[in-house]
Amino acid sequence: MADDKKRPGFETLAVHAGAAPDPATGARATPIYQTTAYVFENVEQAASLFNLQSYGYIYSRLTNPTVSVLEERMASLEGGRGAIAVASGHAAQLLAFFAFMEPGDHFVASSKLYGGSITQFGKSFRKFGWEATFADPDDPENFRRALLPRSKAVFVESLANPGGVVSDLEAVAKIAHEAGALLIVDNTLATPYLCRPFEWGADLVVHSTTKFLSGHGNAMGGVVIDSGTVDWAQSGKFKALTEPEPAYHGLRFFETFGDLAFTVHGHAVGLRDLGATLAPLNAFLTITGIETLPLRMERHCANAQAIAQWLERHEAVAWVSYAGLASSPYRALQRKYMPKGAGAVLTFGLKGGFAAGVKLVESVELFSHLANIGDTRSLILHPASTTHRQLSEAQQLAAGAGPDAVRLSVGIESVEDLIADLAQGLAAGA
Amino acid sequence: MNHDTYSDADLRAILKRVRTIAMVGASPHWNRPSYFVMKYLQSKGYRVIPVNPRAKGETILGELCRGDLSEITEPVDMVDIFRRSEKVGPIVDAAIKMGAKVIWMQLGVRDDDAARRAEAAGLTVVMNRCPKIEYSRLSGELGWSGVNTGIISAKRRAL
Repeated sequence: MADDKKRPGFETLAVHAGAAPDPATGARATPIYQTTAYVFENVEQAASLFNLQSYGYIYSRLTNPTVSVLEERMASLEGGRGAIAVASGHAAQLLAFFAFMEPGDHFVASSKLYGGSITQFGKSFRKFGWEATFADPDDPENFRRALLPRSKAVFVESLANPGGVVSDLEAVAKIAHEAGALLIVDNTLATPYLCRPFEWGADLVVHSTTKFLSGHGNAMGGVVIDSGTVDWAQSGKFKALTEPEPAYHGLRFFETFGDLAFTVHGHAVGLRDLGATLAPLNAFLTITGIETLPLRMERHCANAQAIAQWLERHEAVAWVSYAGLASSPYRALQRKYMPKGAGAVLTFGLKGGFAAGVKLVESVELFSHLANIGDTRSLILHPASTTHRQLSEAQQLAAGAGPDAVRLSVGIESVEDLIADLAQGLAAGA
Repeated sequence: MNHDTYSDADLRAILKRVRTIAMVGASPHWNRPSYFVMKYLQSKGYRVIPVNPRAKGETILGELCRGDLSEITEPVDMVDIFRRSEKVGPIVDAAIKMGAKVIWMQLGVRDDDAARRAEAAGLTVVMNRCPKIEYSRLSGELGWSGVNTGIISAKRRAL
């Protein structure tokens, strides 16, 4: 009784996974179930649902049919067991840690994460008694040195912004597991089209779906995906999943739901109590975006590669950080973990410094000056005058956002138009 | 026979032809996994006869709990085993003797020797799976909870 069907390809999963025709109407596109609650069949069925004994919808804070389609699609694309969709990437990180962290617990995170994650982990998580130590990911051994007996997880980005930093996922997974800790990977910039962290030993994957997954700069969202391969009982560290849950009359999630435990817990406890629910309309926009993810990422990466190479030769440019360049120290890791491309976000430095950065962002016509990434449109940002302006110059430099740095999120327009726009913008600042 | 993977078609065929299930290790306590599975299978139209010597004579979800498989007089299509792997052998032998057609061992339960005996006697064996999870996965219900069902189809779903 072997599996008789070959697993469908990534492009097929991107269009179909999770989205069978609507069972009620046959609607082929996924309907937007714009409802807060669902009528029970009878008291007995309601009791079964509240006891988690049967599957069904109760209240859209927990589950919603449109959101479920996005969850299954993301679990499928990442090769995981299940997923929990939430309101934003930050909410995804909160929900992922909430499942197993207790006051006094510790985790180790890359020091080269997106700045918003560093603030969330370093400042707000402390209010829950969750302590983070930051380690430079360029040497995976730094994680081993930072891990403590009470550490429960290591957190990295597969591909980090700014700077095109690629994490050595296989090495970090081994170090985390040897310490009885989970590896959590933020796969936002790479997307599962370029990199699938579960194939390298990650236990949980998180995304801001706001970026390349929804892809059109029109829907906030986040998702946590569980590999389904964690033995939550092995170390005795993950009591929320193995010990009786008082709010469900002593139910033990891992014993009852096996490899579905994290996914069920994420809805029944995580979304129930944190309430960071994804809106059905945003789920619909994200599902629609994901259908073209492979096509868009191909173009995003090709455009970014061409622009990075063009910038590297430009006389006004001091340096370019992009893992797809031969000059990048991350080139070998990029070829191993994301061979189809190095993503669409790159950073470069201007010889003219702060003033040249300001002039460039104000001179471009096609590039939108805003603080986001992963849009069909090309985006430009001068961090030192915007997102990082409250930091000291030393802090800006440590974040890869010094006074001379400009960040691009390269869109899917005609690449010659993008290069022409950058050329005239750089000429204006010369 | 390979017991590491099972095809969707084979699991679907088992769940379609089975009507009466004897559940060895059924618990009378509502927060135990076996109770969840029994209740779910009943809601899908299966008759489930609980077997558990410690709950013998009690009524579980409307069914009289038997102390042993040999106490069941009505025909049983499938024996679903909620016991540790090392306890499985004699249960499988009793299931063969009573004329069951399918042996199903729950998640984490596996006994390859017992499986070979059952298959030699013409029974179908599934190990280390849960019928509730497989039924809900194949019918699409599991996707309602954000789980990857692995089902890709442009047709309306039916088990």
